[in-house]
Amino acid sequence: MSGFLAIIARDVTLAFRAGGGALQALSFFALTIILFALAIGPDLSLMSEIAAPVLWAAALLATLISLEQIYRPDREDGSLDMLVETSDILALTAFAKAAAHWITTGLLLTAATPVLALLLNIKGAALGPLLATLLIGTPGLSLIGAFAAALTAALPRAGLLIAIIVIPLYAPILIFGVGAAGAGAAGEPQYGANLALLGASSLFAAVFSPLASAAALRFNLD
Amino acid sequence: MPQNSLYDFANPLRFESIARRVFPFVAGAAVILTAMGVYFALFNSPADYQQGESVRIMYVHVPAAWMALFCYSSMAIASAAGFIWKHPLADVAAKETAPIGAAFTLLALFTGSLWGKPMWGAWWAWDARLTSVLVLFFMYLGYMALWRAIADKARAARLAAILAIVGFVNVPVIKFSVDWWNSLHQPASILRPDGPTIHAAMLTPLFLMIAAYMAIYVALLVASMLNELISRRIARTELAGGAQPATMVEQ
Repeated sequence: MSGFLAIIARDVTLAFRAGGGALQALSFFALTIILFALAIGPDLSLMSEIAAPVLWAAALLATLISLEQIYRPDREDGSLDMLVETSDILALTAFAKAAAHWITTGLLLTAATPVLALLLNIKGAALGPLLATLLIGTPGLSLIGAFAAALTAALPRAGLLIAIIVIPLYAPILIFGVGAAGAGAAGEPQYGANLALLGASSLFAAVFSPLASAAALRFNLD
Repeated sequence: MPQNSLYDFANPLRFESIARRVFPFVAGAAVILTAMGVYFALFNSPADYQQGESVRIMYVHVPAAWMALFCYSSMAIASAAGFIWKHPLADVAAKETAPIGAAFTLLALFTGSLWGKPMWGAWWAWDARLTSVLVLFFMYLGYMALWRAIADKARAARLAAILAIVGFVNVPVIKFSVDWWNSLHQPASILRPDGPTIHAAMLTPLFLMIAAYMAIYVALLVASMLNELISRRIARTELAGGAQPATMVEQ
């Protein structure tokens, strides 16, 4: 357990130090929102309508661009070999890596969402459900993404390949997340059901992604 | 990774000799079944009372959609077999199934679009099943991209197998997505607990076409597996003739 927390603490620290991915992901998130706002134009009512889907898509993309940082630096400096050699349960190590990624992207993006949602003129009633869906859904994004990162850990330029592999697997989380955010904003009764499906997707990823990541990591070591 | 190279090498050779003999029959069956299916579909089946003649797109579209799922399932099962037993033929089967499955998926999307225009008035609708078949197509592409990205064939096989098995989790989501989300697409009308809801005269060409597609898949798979095995043998022979015969075992 102390090893689990140590890995998380190490990765979180690294992500916030110079060259880390955390602030890059956050900036990318904000810049994507600005791009969408510029593309839509100053139509405030249209903006408030699509605010939640845009924020969800932007959060997904920001998660995506930082995935390569999970395993590749560790593989390059050799610490990945140490991690694999020394861990009792490799799946747990993989889970810790994904958790650290979530803290430095998903949690950070969710924290920044209220401000960016204001820029998109979001309605007051929509903000709460949006934050809830992001908080429940982004762990799933990090977990599935960490699997793709483990799969491509040995490849020198895996960025685009990770995107191709991971975006199809993200589809259910995006659909349930945006569905729940929309239903919650409108006060519809499906809100709870969609939220439960979103939570189920994240939990499902929490079970299978570390196992699959561990298998992939073993085959990525020489 | 412990590998018995004799076992690895002998088995594909036996497969090659069997495949060479089987291939003409499978290919012949594919041609005959396709000819019969097309005849029944175009000339010997009724037009739909609502959809008119455009219902005939179904005979191309529905089997392609089935094959899209079938190929992905086969790929995942072959991947699991290759992953668990490290059987090289299973890896080759999984690898060679991917482009065939992707082609069937593209065919399903394309014909679905052609069918959607007269029926729904739009080439494309973002309904649940269309979207998930499009997602399936990109899952095939991701699988193929991973194979291409990794130079070491043995490692590529292991990693691609993991991806195929993980992606397989999405296949039931695709199958039942129609029931989960509201959609324009009609619900499943053949595999239902209370029996098929389409007329028997339409089922004959449909099942003929499904059999034809299946035969096409098997014929293409056998041919491309043979192709892959032969090209690997050529690569091995070239390595053996080159400066470093020691790497021969590696590939």
